[in-house]
Amino acid sequence: MAAFTMARRSGGLFNGLRTSLRSLAPVKYGAVAAALQPTKQPGSCRWSSAAPLSVKERIDKKRKMALCGGGQNRIDAQHKKGKLTARERVELLLDPESFVESDMFVEHRCSDFGMEQDRNKFPGDSVVTGRGRINGRLVYVFSQDFTVFGGSLSGAHAQKICKIMDQAMTVGAPVIGLNDSGGARIQEGVESLAGYADIFLRNVMASGVVPQISLIMGPCAGGAVYSPALTDFTFMVKDTSYLFITGPDVVKSVTNEDVTQEELGGAKTHTTVSGVAHHAFEDDVEALLNVREFFNFLPLSNQDPAPTRECHDSSDRPVHSLDTIVPLETTKAYDMLDIVRAIVDESDFFEIMPNYAKNIVVGFARMNGRTVGIVGNQPKVASGCLDINSSVKGARFVRFCDAFNIPIITFVDVPGFLPGTAQEYGGIIRHGAKLLYAFAEATVPKITVITRKAYGGAYDVMSSKHLRGDVNYAWPTAEVAVMGAKGAVQIIFRGKENQAEAEAEYVEKFANPFPAALRGFVDDIIEPSTTRKRICRDLEVLASKKQLNPWKKHANIPL
Amino acid sequence: MAAHRLSPSLNRLLTSVKYASFRSRCCALHCNAQYSTVSSPNEKTFDKILIANRGEIACRVMKTCHKMGIRTVAVHSDVDSSAVHVKMADEAVCVGPAPTSKSYLNMDAIMDAIRVTGAQAVHPGYGFLSENKEFAKRLAAEGVEFIGPDTHAIQAMGDKIESKLLAKAAKVNVIPGYDGVVKTAEEAVKISQDIGYPVMIKASAGGGGKGMRIAWNDEETREGFRFSSQEAASSFGDDRLLIEKFIDNPRHIEIQVLADKHGNALWLNERECSIQRRNQKVVEEAPSTFLDPETRRAMGEQAVQLAKAVQYSSAGTVEFLVDSKKNFYFLEMNTRLQVEHPITECITGLDLVEQMIRVAKGYQLQHKQKDIPINGWAIESRVYAEDPYKSFGLPSIGRLSQYQEPLNLSNVRVDSGIQEGSDISIYYDPMISKLVTYGATRAEALARMEDALDNYVIRGVTHNIPLLREIITHPRFISGDISTSFLPEVYPDGFKGHQLEADQRRELMATAAALYITAQLRSQRLMGNLRVSSSSMDCSHWELCVELEEGRHNVDVTKSGDVYTVEVDGERVEVNGQWNLASPLLPLTINGTPRMLQCLSRDASGKIVLQYLGTSFKVRVLSKLAAHLNSFMPEKVPEDTSSLLRSPMPGSVVAVSVKPGDTVAEGQEICVIEAMKMQNSLTAARPAKVKSVHCKPGETVGEGDLLVELE
Repeated sequence: MAAFTMARRSGGLFNGLRTSLRSLAPVKYGAVAAALQPTKQPGSCRWSSAAPLSVKERIDKKRKMALCGGGQNRIDAQHKKGKLTARERVELLLDPESFVESDMFVEHRCSDFGMEQDRNKFPGDSVVTGRGRINGRLVYVFSQDFTVFGGSLSGAHAQKICKIMDQAMTVGAPVIGLNDSGGARIQEGVESLAGYADIFLRNVMASGVVPQISLIMGPCAGGAVYSPALTDFTFMVKDTSYLFITGPDVVKSVTNEDVTQEELGGAKTHTTVSGVAHHAFEDDVEALLNVREFFNFLPLSNQDPAPTRECHDSSDRPVHSLDTIVPLETTKAYDMLDIVRAIVDESDFFEIMPNYAKNIVVGFARMNGRTVGIVGNQPKVASGCLDINSSVKGARFVRFCDAFNIPIITFVDVPGFLPGTAQEYGGIIRHGAKLLYAFAEATVPKITVITRKAYGGAYDVMSSKHLRGDVNYAWPTAEVAVMGAKGAVQIIFRGKENQAEAEAEYVEKFANPFPAALRGFVDDIIEPSTTRKRICRDLEVLASKKQLNPWKKHANIPL
Repeated sequence: MAAHRLSPSLNRLLTSVKYASFRSRCCALHCNAQYSTVSSPNEKTFDKILIANRGEIACRVMKTCHKMGIRTVAVHSDVDSSAVHVKMADEAVCVGPAPTSKSYLNMDAIMDAIRVTGAQAVHPGYGFLSENKEFAKRLAAEGVEFIGPDTHAIQAMGDKIESKLLAKAAKVNVIPGYDGVVKTAEEAVKISQDIGYPVMIKASAGGGGKGMRIAWNDEETREGFRFSSQEAASSFGDDRLLIEKFIDNPRHIEIQVLADKHGNALWLNERECSIQRRNQKVVEEAPSTFLDPETRRAMGEQAVQLAKAVQYSSAGTVEFLVDSKKNFYFLEMNTRLQVEHPITECITGLDLVEQMIRVAKGYQLQHKQKDIPINGWAIESRVYAEDPYKSFGLPSIGRLSQYQEPLNLSNVRVDSGIQEGSDISIYYDPMISKLVTYGATRAEALARMEDALDNYVIRGVTHNIPLLREIITHPRFISGDISTSFLPEVYPDGFKGHQLEADQRRELMATAAALYITAQLRSQRLMGNLRVSSSSMDCSHWELCVELEEGRHNVDVTKSGDVYTVEVDGERVEVNGQWNLASPLLPLTINGTPRMLQCLSRDASGKIVLQYLGTSFKVRVLSKLAAHLNSFMPEKVPEDTSSLLRSPMPGSVVAVSVKPGDTVAEGQEICVIEAMKMQNSLTAARPAKVKSVHCKPGETVGEGDLLVELE
């Protein structure tokens, strides 16, 4: 696990960590005390007393200490960085007074490097764990406390997280992790590594059973990054959160690249370039309030139905603006988000990965109050074609929806897969297959609306009838064909004259919804303005849909 | 005629409104009934009319055609192929690509469309070919009726100098002045001295106020002469100049005339059009608060004299400037249907388009001057897709993602040519609609206008409703104390939106808080979910913090039923409403007063944008805890914009005057953007070196697009 140490050595990472931990590594005994000298300022809650205390007093004292984390100085430092403390975050994330904390008295068990001294023991150690409610619904939470040893992960820290994850699995409730940790507790060595692995295992076991959300609110480096990576959604806070395997210093020494933390693993990088994170928020408060909103879309577990919230938007509302949204020229772009926002309840669309692989749009919305997953090709970006990144983005989203009983609504305007060596060498065949696989295996209600182009293999992929689409609609502007008219004519009438005439014939024959409709590949050709009404009604019918895939140990998606 | 007489016909008019069956999305009429009936059903006019225009005026004309049983032909550019006027017409012909010069001004294509469809007459609307004598001539040559005056009148009135000479000859008051070729600056000074300062100098071929210069002394006259003669030669190829008395703080009042081909002419009272920005009208009303019956009659009679002098037929408008002493001077005559004609229709009960069609067919006028009433009061607001915070309105474009006209209110007429989903593009006039309200009195019409503006839902484009609502509620406007410089006088530092007073601020915050709680409570209402905690927050009291315009306020909210009692800054505000979170409109009762607010957006982090009293306000509502924690959040530093030149509006790049590496001085032109017939020169905000250029001539740019980056 060299990665852990390398991350640790990249000292320029985070100043807070440097002050609290850097000096620990080389010094054996005693020096820790200097680095971690508890503050004795007035108002500080770290205190000691000579007289023996009663058990009750000791309980009170420990509780008080636990509530203060690493002490007022560190709390102030955390605030100065524009970050909230672990407890403040939990308080804001959960309904008022709903947090039930567990393991407040757990302390680390390290006895090396002076860590056994009382002043280096913090009740609760460097993570706050427990359960609570978001809008009345159960959720398990852990929140790493950067003010205690830089939020570093000790055996005890990992054990606390594992405990709430186990409970979440037992009762079937989501887990939200608020990550703000310098990495492994180096003083604990392999125990810390074991802790990570214990969490990874649970992340994997919980995958598809309960929703798991990671909110990166500070550093998260080295092997630690794999926990968020294994969860369903990773959100980041702009300017204060970083995710990377190795920090800039190590990058410099190994590959000689000059890169800042922000460029290497900041929110912008991961939401636009790498696709590691699903959304970035301005600051801690915005992030936590948005996660509350996001949580409302999700079912509590794979045994629960997708939630249905009280809806003020009439389910049979006609959407007149859709009748003119698709331009007459087939080459002209329009914004698929306009269609999505116009159709869903209250134009409320929580987009996932809005700035990554923008040629596909995915996210959550509600139809007549019921949560749905939306997938749509985006003609505004790269003509809405499918490429490696958009296929992977779409596939992962579809699989989440399928795992958690969320119906999928797909809006299709796809000219095909993106050609080129970059794509072929990058493995578009393998990655494109993921999206195909995801749609094909999904057994949740699947409704598809072809707004314009549905060409070639991409037509098959996009939740077509052939992949068990429950309801497939075409708008009058739909064209379901092997390819566009120009290309088709060049093949069919190769070398012949009157290409223009042949093209017109092809357009007349294929550039409309009839070929698909008369074969039953689309169930109906509908007026765009009635789309919302139709989908709402179909979802009511499909609520009782039951479909099972053949038994298997697990499927083998082309990774 | 008594100006404010409420004739029995008004009552009839108002009752007939109730039974008017004709209603449509784009041009519904409530304030007068003429659209549901034809004044003379037995008259045969035309079988088919082509409307050589687009947008609201094309729809307006078709409405009357439909009523008269005339088939309609629309012409359109390719981008307009699914426009409302195309859908409304019985037939439609595409006459070219988007730019007007290639479509709506393309005479050859329009003549072809006439031949193909067999239209017998053409209504030109306003703008485009409406005052083009060449077009009228070509129609006449093909035996197609032009619904408007004949070429002679168009030509005579189209020329500033000729029209004034004609007016003078017809004994119409004209502004003392000189029109013709002025050879030297000294000659200009002599003329100016004869007229008496201040004087106005401009190229005689220039329209409206373009290139107009005001001189208060000899020196300024010389300068004005130099500029104007240069401009006359270079821009118009016509070096004649106009020097005339400058009327300070004038009103712009115009008289609607209607004449037939048999020498009969009527004046249909006045329209007050003084509220203007950059010589474009914004709010119009009929009648004017300023005219007494004598002045009105004098103006009307002179307008008719002029119409008769040029053998005018059809509807036309004679524009006057009126000074504070009610002296009026002829300005120009518009030989077409005016944009603001609906207010005249409201107070007179005449359908001007119907009258134009009758007259074109050769019928005599049905009315005598004494039959022309002033029934009640009508006000028109021009609703534009533009940003009123930039020079009282710079064009904006976009897609009307949501659009709802306030037709649920009575005595409201909306003339529009767009609908939900329509695009407002850079190619055409950014007008969304003409919102007309009507009342027995001016106060009634104004109150209705306030309601109508509050109920008007426009999403997807920036619009000027904030400005319109401020104008019609401004004390000076209400008292009728207006002039053409109303806007610059009232808003010398530019329009800044509605300025909230303390109680209004409380109302706004209370509404935002109530809306926030409504949304919070709704989040907990999950259907059929048994796994919601029974002990969830079933509370009825909240402590919140509301941020508005830099201020933070602690707010206490209690709820009972649909009524929120909100304590803001120690004052109680009671907000009652239907609280539909899906509706753009929030019909509320705040402290007993009915108020229509609009929710423009609402997000998870408590940011709410509300339209209140016409203006949109950003409010942030947070729980007390969130507000406390929010104080630790760092201020995000906005991007340094002084080095970035962004397009202030959507448009096309006409010229780029710099290249990377150039050094520019402060105020030096960097590039020119053209939008909606206006060229805007963008200049450097400080001396700098050009780092990079992100646009090139001919390119189309959106609002906020980066054009040039400075170092």
